[in-house]
This record gives sequence, structure tokens and C-alpha cells, in this order.
Amino acid sequence: MRLAAAMSAALLATVIAAPAALGQTCPQTTLADLEDEVMCPVCGTPLGLATEAPQAQREREYIQGLIDDCRSKDEIKQALVAQFGDEVLALPGDQGDDDLGDLLVYLIPALAIALATGGIAFAVVRWRGARPGAPESPAPAGDGARVDADMERYDL
Amino acid sequence: MRRVLAPVPIAVLCAVGALVALLAYGLAQNEPDRGVEEALARGERERAPVLELPRLGGGGSGSLADYRGEVVVLNFWASWCKPCREESPLLERWHRRMTKQGGMVLGVDVLDVTADAQDFIDEYGLSYPMLKDKDGKALESFGVVAYPETFVIDREGRIAAVRRGPVDEPFLNAEVAPLLEGA
Repeated sequence: MRLAAAMSAALLATVIAAPAALGQTCPQTTLADLEDEVMCPVCGTPLGLATEAPQAQREREYIQGLIDDCRSKDEIKQALVAQFGDEVLALPGDQGDDDLGDLLVYLIPALAIALATGGIAFAVVRWRGARPGAPESPAPAGDGARVDADMERYDL
Repeated sequence: MRRVLAPVPIAVLCAVGALVALLAYGLAQNEPDRGVEEALARGERERAPVLELPRLGGGGSGSLADYRGEVVVLNFWASWCKPCREESPLLERWHRRMTKQGGMVLGVDVLDVTADAQDFIDEYGLSYPMLKDKDGKALESFGVVAYPETFVIDREGRIAAVRRGPVDEPFLNAEVAPLLEGA
């Protein structure tokens, strides 16, 4: 009797816990999460930007089907690569075939921002130096006496 | 003159020049290749680019060269492309007709989900061979920019005609039928 009660309790606990456990692990990702990380191959833009294109709509349905099947983000990306090739992956580094290119994608904008910041700082410093109200540098010693002598000579 | 040759204006001019060059390069790269049409307008037939792709649904690969000596109607399509639906029954009819005269239709499914393509083939009862261009590499060599596009390849493997858009009966009668009769 005790054994039967214990087994019933265990079964009940399993029945109650199973959907909760499933709810925690599935779905593992969302369409919105993936849309910025994969391309619409026909449109040549990230899927999130390709709103009305028929191929983009079909790709979304395909991804949603995989999400509903409880596939992880990486599994969905692998499935997309199998269908559309490596170029469906939008993030640098995802394709794994062009290390220098992946590095440059991050380095070039950083370098451009650094150069632009430096350029702006340089321009601001020069502009401040050229302002009419800016303090002038003091005249070299001896110039004042020479000016006074000249003034006296011309009786001004 | 001294101010123009100063480092900052020179650097700005170089940067602007580089941006303009980059823009021009981007525009040139996006310009579709229309060499086939230009050759046809001159009365010449260009050799068809090499095309070797996996067969749709597996089973190894297939090549345009496999069909040398036959008239091939090479059709680029996708299941999500609405105009492709309009022309598919016509292509199937012509494939059946052509096989009796040394010709065939060869389909290339482009940037498509394989299961969708198979559903499409089943829906229209398409019996002609199909290749899969999953990443669109073949599109570049043929200068395909829209769907569907069809190239008529003569028995020597040269492009005899092209249709950017769905084919129709008059096009096939005018461009394919004479090649079949020339067997």
C-alpha cells in the first residue's frame, strides 16, 4: 500500500514537472533574436530589414518551424547554412572562413571613429587658437623699448 | 597655394576621393552582366558558363556539360517566386515535347528550402532534372538578377536566347523550336 502510494506520488510529480521543465527549455530562441544574425540571401540584407520580400517571408516561416521544433539558435543557423550556404550568416566570425575579414570588420570602424575623433579634436584646438578674443602671446622682451623709440622718433 | 598643400586639406581630399572611388566600385559591382544580350544583339552566341551543381534532393551532382549535344532550356527558379508558378506547366509540356527531339528542360532551384522545392515539383508534376544552387553562385556566372530567368542553350553549348522573366509559348516557339528542327 505504501509502495503504491509512493509510486503514485512520484508519477504525479513527474506529470506536473514535465511541462514545467519543457517550458523552461523550449522554445530556446525567438525569431526576433535570429533576424539580425542571418541574411535574406536574395535581398542581400539582414533578414530583419527584409520586410516584404517573398523569400524573406518564407525564410521566417522556415526559422519559426525550427523554433517550434525546439531547435537551439546554433542548430537553426546550421540548418540555414545547409539550405542557403555560409553567406546566410550575417555576423562576422560566424562563417569561419575569413579570419582577416572578420577582424577588419571590427577594426576599420574603430579606426575610423578614432581618426574622426582625433580630427575633430585637432580642428577644435586650432579653432580656439584662432579666435579673435583669445589671449595673444606676450611680446618678446626688448620689443616694447624699440616700439617706444620709434614712436618718439616720429613724434606720435 | 601654401594652404591648399597643407596636410589637413590634402588628407580631406584623399578621404573624399577614396569615398567616391568606393561608391563607384560598389555601383559597378551591382551592375548586372548583360554580355549575353549584347552578344545576341550582334548575332553571336556566347559559350554558356560552366554549371555544375548538386542534384536537388541528393543523388550526386549534375552539369550542363552532361547534356552537350542537346538543346537545353535552362530555367532558374525558386518555390517562393510567384511568376515561376505561371511558367512551370508550360516548361513541363515543352520538356516532354523536347525529349523526343533531342532537347530537354533543366531546372536550377535557387536560394530555396529543399522541402519547399520538392513540394513545388510535386504540385506541378515536373519531370525534368533539377539542380540546387543553394547559395546563388551560378546566378553570378549567368548574370541572373531576377526570377525566373531562362537561357536557351544550343547543341554546341552556346547561349542562343535569354528571357529575363517568365517564358511563354511565343518565346519557346521562336527560340527553341528552330533549334530542335536543326537536329
